[in-house]
Amino acid sequence: MSYIAKSPWVIHYDGSSCNGCDIEVLACLTPMYDVERFGIINTGNPKHADVFLLTGAVNEQNKDVIKQIYEQMPEPKVVVAVGICACSGGVFKDCYNILGGSDTVVPVDVYVPGCAARPEAIIDGVVKGLGVLQEKRDKMAKGGNK
Amino acid sequence: MIIKTVISIIAYLILAPIVGGLLAGLDRKFSAKMQRRVGPPVLQPFYDVFKLFEKEDQTVTKVQDFYVLIFVVFVIVSGAIFFGGGDMLLVIFTLTLASAFLIIAAYSSNSPYAEIGAERELLQMMAYEPMVLMTVIGFYMCCGSFAVKDVLAGTSMPFLPMIGLFIGFLFILTIKFRKSPFDLSMSHHAHQELVKGLTTEFSGKTLGWIEVSHWYENVFLLGFVFLFFANGTVWGTVIGVVVALLTYFFEVVIDNSFARMKWQFAFKSAWIVALVFGVINIFVLYVII
Repeated sequence: MSYIAKSPWVIHYDGSSCNGCDIEVLACLTPMYDVERFGIINTGNPKHADVFLLTGAVNEQNKDVIKQIYEQMPEPKVVVAVGICACSGGVFKDCYNILGGSDTVVPVDVYVPGCAARPEAIIDGVVKGLGVLQEKRDKMAKGGNK
Repeated sequence: MIIKTVISIIAYLILAPIVGGLLAGLDRKFSAKMQRRVGPPVLQPFYDVFKLFEKEDQTVTKVQDFYVLIFVVFVIVSGAIFFGGGDMLLVIFTLTLASAFLIIAAYSSNSPYAEIGAERELLQMMAYEPMVLMTVIGFYMCCGSFAVKDVLAGTSMPFLPMIGLFIGFLFILTIKFRKSPFDLSMSHHAHQELVKGLTTEFSGKTLGWIEVSHWYENVFLLGFVFLFFANGTVWGTVIGVVVALLTYFFEVVIDNSFARMKWQFAFKSAWIVALVFGVINIFVLYVII
C-alpha cells in the first residue's frame, strides 16, 4: 500500500487564461471546500509537488516555463489540465500566439473541462489524478518507469 | 543506572517521532478547527513523510544530502543526550551544531531562495540562542547541576524561582517550533512564499528526514518545558507532562492568531525578552540562593 494518494501536494501554474480557473483553484483551498481534508497542500515549489495543476492555454512565452516546472517535479507526478483553455486552447485556440492546450508541451493525465471549471470539478479531477499517481508509483516500485 | 539510561534513550528514539508526528497532526486538525474547516486526518503528517520517502530522489548537489544527514543525526543525538539524563549545555551545543549543518545544507544548493532561507535561519538562531543558554544557567543555579538527571532528582520544583526564564523560554519556543509570528525560514503554512525558503532545494527523502528531525526536536524541547516542573514526585511528572502538552497547543493558538513579523522584530523582541525576563530572573536567583 502506497501513501502517495494520501498526500498529494499540488503546484499550480496559470498560462494565458482569463484567471477564472485560477481563482477557482484557489477557491478549493478555502474553508468552504477545504482540500486539506484529502491531505492536499498547495506548494509553490515544483520539487515538493506531486500534482501539476495547469490552467489556461499555452503560449509561445510560457511553454518553456511549463516544461521546466514539469521537469523539476520528482516522479511520480501527474498533470491535471483545469478548464477548457488548458484542455484544448478554448476560445483562445486560434490566436496567433497560442500553441493550444497544455498537452502540446507536457503529457496531461486528467482533463477537467469547464469555463470556469467548478471547484467541485477540480477536486474531482485531482482525486481522479490520484489513481494515475498510484499507478505510476506502482510502476516505479517495479522499476519499470523511472 | 546505565540500563535505565539506555532504556530511556531507546524509548526516545522510538517514541519521539511517533509523539512528534501525532502532535503535528493534532496541530493541523486544531488549526483547521480554528479556521472552521474539517482539516486533514490526524495521521496526515505520517502520510506526508511516508510519501516523501517514496518519491524520486532528486538532489541538486550530493554534498547537500550529506549535510542534511549530519543535521538529522545531531538533532537525534542531542535529544538522546537530554533523555539519557546528560549535560544540558552539551544538549544545546549539539543542537546548535545540528542547526548549523542545516544552514550549510541550504547554502550548498546555491539557490537564491535557499540562501535567503539560510540567512533567515541564522538570524533566528541568533535570536533564540541567548535565552536558551540563560534557561540552562537558571537550571544550574536552581539545582546545582547542568545534568538533566540531577534536575529530575531535585526535590523542589524549579518552576517558581525560574518563572521569568519559563516565560522567556515560551517566547523562543515559538521560534523553535517554527510558528507565526516568527516562522521566518521554514514555515508550515505559506508554501508559496519566501518563508519556505530553507527547504526550496530539498525534496523527497531529504525533505522527509528534515520533517522527522523537526518532530524529534519538538519532543525534546517539550522535555525542557517538563524539566521546569520535575521534582521527583508523581505529581511533578503529571503537571510537567500536562503543561508541556498545553504549551504546544498554546503555541498553535499563537500561530493561528498572529501575523508573521519581520526578522527585525523577531530578533529585537527575542533579545529584549531574554534581557528582561532572563537576566532579571538570573539576578534574582543569584540573590536568593
